[in-house]
Amino acid sequence: MAGERDHIVAETAARILADFADPQTINKAKNGAWQEPLWQALSDAGLPLAWVPDALGGSGANLADGFAILGVAGRFALPAPLAETLAAGWLLARAGIKAPAGPMTLAPCRPHDRIIIDADGRLSGRAAGVPFAQDCHHIAVLADGGNHKVIALVDVKGCRLDEGRNLAGDAANVVTFERVIPRRSAPAPDGFNESSLMLMGSAIRSVETAGALEAILSLCVAYANARVAFERPIGKFQAVQQNLARLAGEVAAALAVSGSAADAIAEADTFDDAVLLEAASAKVRTAEAAAEGSAIAHQVLGAIGFTQEHVLHRFTLRMLSWRDDFGNESYWAAELGRHVARRGAGEFWPLVASR
Amino acid sequence: MTASLSFDPIRLPPECVTLRAEVGAFLAEEIAAGTFDAHHPEHGDSYNRGFSRRVGARGWIGMTWPKRYGGQERSQLERYVVTEEFRVANAPANLHFVADRQSGPILLKYAPEHVKMAILPRICRGELCFAIGMSEPGSGSDLFAAKTKAAKTDGGWRINGTKIWTTSAQIADYMLALFRTSPPTKENRRHGLTQFLVDMKTPGITVNPVYQMTGKPGFNEVVFADAFVPADYAMGEIDGAWKQATSELAYERSGPERFLDTFYVLPELIRALGPEPDLRGAEGLGRLVAQLHTLRRMSVSVAGMLQAGKEPVVEGSIVKDLGTVWEQKLPGRVRDLAAFLKPERVNHTALEDQLAFATTIAPKLTIQGGTTEILRGIIARGLGLR
Repeated sequence: MAGERDHIVAETAARILADFADPQTINKAKNGAWQEPLWQALSDAGLPLAWVPDALGGSGANLADGFAILGVAGRFALPAPLAETLAAGWLLARAGIKAPAGPMTLAPCRPHDRIIIDADGRLSGRAAGVPFAQDCHHIAVLADGGNHKVIALVDVKGCRLDEGRNLAGDAANVVTFERVIPRRSAPAPDGFNESSLMLMGSAIRSVETAGALEAILSLCVAYANARVAFERPIGKFQAVQQNLARLAGEVAAALAVSGSAADAIAEADTFDDAVLLEAASAKVRTAEAAAEGSAIAHQVLGAIGFTQEHVLHRFTLRMLSWRDDFGNESYWAAELGRHVARRGAGEFWPLVASR
Repeated sequence: MTASLSFDPIRLPPECVTLRAEVGAFLAEEIAAGTFDAHHPEHGDSYNRGFSRRVGARGWIGMTWPKRYGGQERSQLERYVVTEEFRVANAPANLHFVADRQSGPILLKYAPEHVKMAILPRICRGELCFAIGMSEPGSGSDLFAAKTKAAKTDGGWRINGTKIWTTSAQIADYMLALFRTSPPTKENRRHGLTQFLVDMKTPGITVNPVYQMTGKPGFNEVVFADAFVPADYAMGEIDGAWKQATSELAYERSGPERFLDTFYVLPELIRALGPEPDLRGAEGLGRLVAQLHTLRRMSVSVAGMLQAGKEPVVEGSIVKDLGTVWEQKLPGRVRDLAAFLKPERVNHTALEDQLAFATTIAPKLTIQGGTTEILRGIIARGLGLR
């Protein structure tokens, strides 16, 4: 539940991003000069390593605080690896590995990608769509050691990176590990596996998507109240109002289900059935909301929203890209459907009602 | 931010777990005794005086109300559990449900003390059925165009006019209705309506059934011909009903009944798909589960806000908009997903029957209690567009 501390951390994040990562400013920027001061300010506030305990070099915030930061990052459509660094720090901390300074990313980010760790402790495999890999010094890796899982900290320069961008133009690289020696590695906790990581990643993307949708709603309402057509602000037309009300519905659904998933993970000891229902549902429903919400927003803003100059695409394209990270909505729907079918009809309502 | 929506991740407190088990056990006893069949959706849409009395005896009607009026002073979240378990079990709760959900709360807020003392405990005992008199032959969504007239007379009011589409009027003991006590003003077209409590046994009231497209009665036309309503049955401000409408809407609109009305087809689909569904079945089912979970988490969140004394009018309207559109589409989605299943499967007939029932009632879901269009207008106003 959103506590007092939650608000303080979120407000700090919002203040820093307003100062250093304003979407309008970044949209106009000719180069990446904004990145350095932004990261400095985030680091000074202890935000990137919020999910890393003090003892491991982080700021030791709780999971709820971190998710609150991510909601804010979504509201700014932040084109920097803040979520990835948070997640990487969190993953490393599962195995007691100290987090290095600077931006990090994590792998794998697709449900079927596997990175193998051999008896000599070397990593091999291929991970697609690793966000911001080329902009980071380190990757936190979850590797498969046959009958056990290993968490490892890897130098990006030791891996092969293929050039790649997501819909919004953020780096998303294919990272190939060819007998890479990690900087550090340690066993993952019992029961922690790729599926756990995908659920965590899904909750993260869901929270960011809900944040982006909130921003889009504000932007659309402000535009509809200001833009005049047929001698009235377009927001006075019922057809436009109905569309914006539907957008609000999608925003509400995304906020509710992502907030619930974040809370579920924050309160859970393991990635159990409850977390599966919560995080998979969040990924499915926020991805649907991203598609629906994006279409409505672009319809409301018309041609202006389709320009490079307007910031709308910074939100819509990023949201649409996030759908593919850590398992897309079709993947999670199938996983959830199989799970529910296996439990049987009689166990279905009790599962829903248990949340 | 121009519009700020809030859906805190409210969890049901531990007492709800105990309560859910109690409700489950009670419903199992009723099913065993033959009161209703949980697999028969029609039962969920029926009246049963004996059942409602037994529910009342358990303290599950008006359970959030003050004890002096027969309530239990329990939380909105506990009421939520009872409502959803009844709905999922297709329990025949029609007799008391409207009184529990909205008529009682209106009486609590606006009725004179002696009226509250006379009526609320009887609602809690499951003895009273309420109808809502809003729509008229010439006005539906446009509530404030109502024409049925209440004219001042000695000791009360004389009612003349007609209400229509009135659910439960054929069996109701009371109605809460909007009548015109003054003409609208130029400045405020909503002015001039007053909310009244009406005893349905009052001479001058005639109830005529209007059959629904399902072939069953459900609607009624209620004709008032010089029906007398005593002065103390006026609820709240004379001519000022429009001021009273808002806060109740969140209760009426955000409950589990706003997305669970066709729920039964989903477990039936799971039964039909079996433990190892193909990819199409699994993916389709998973989406529906994710959407249902989302709606429920939204609805529980609104219940939590109500419990905390907030008035989440926009959030409540959003739950009803999304929820009713979803439950309306659900039978069609389930029909699609079952399309290629072998007819030999064990629950073929059950699924077909439930789909037939759900498909037939589906059109009403986005109309009753505020149409989709009206809800979206309310949401748009909340967003600052009106």
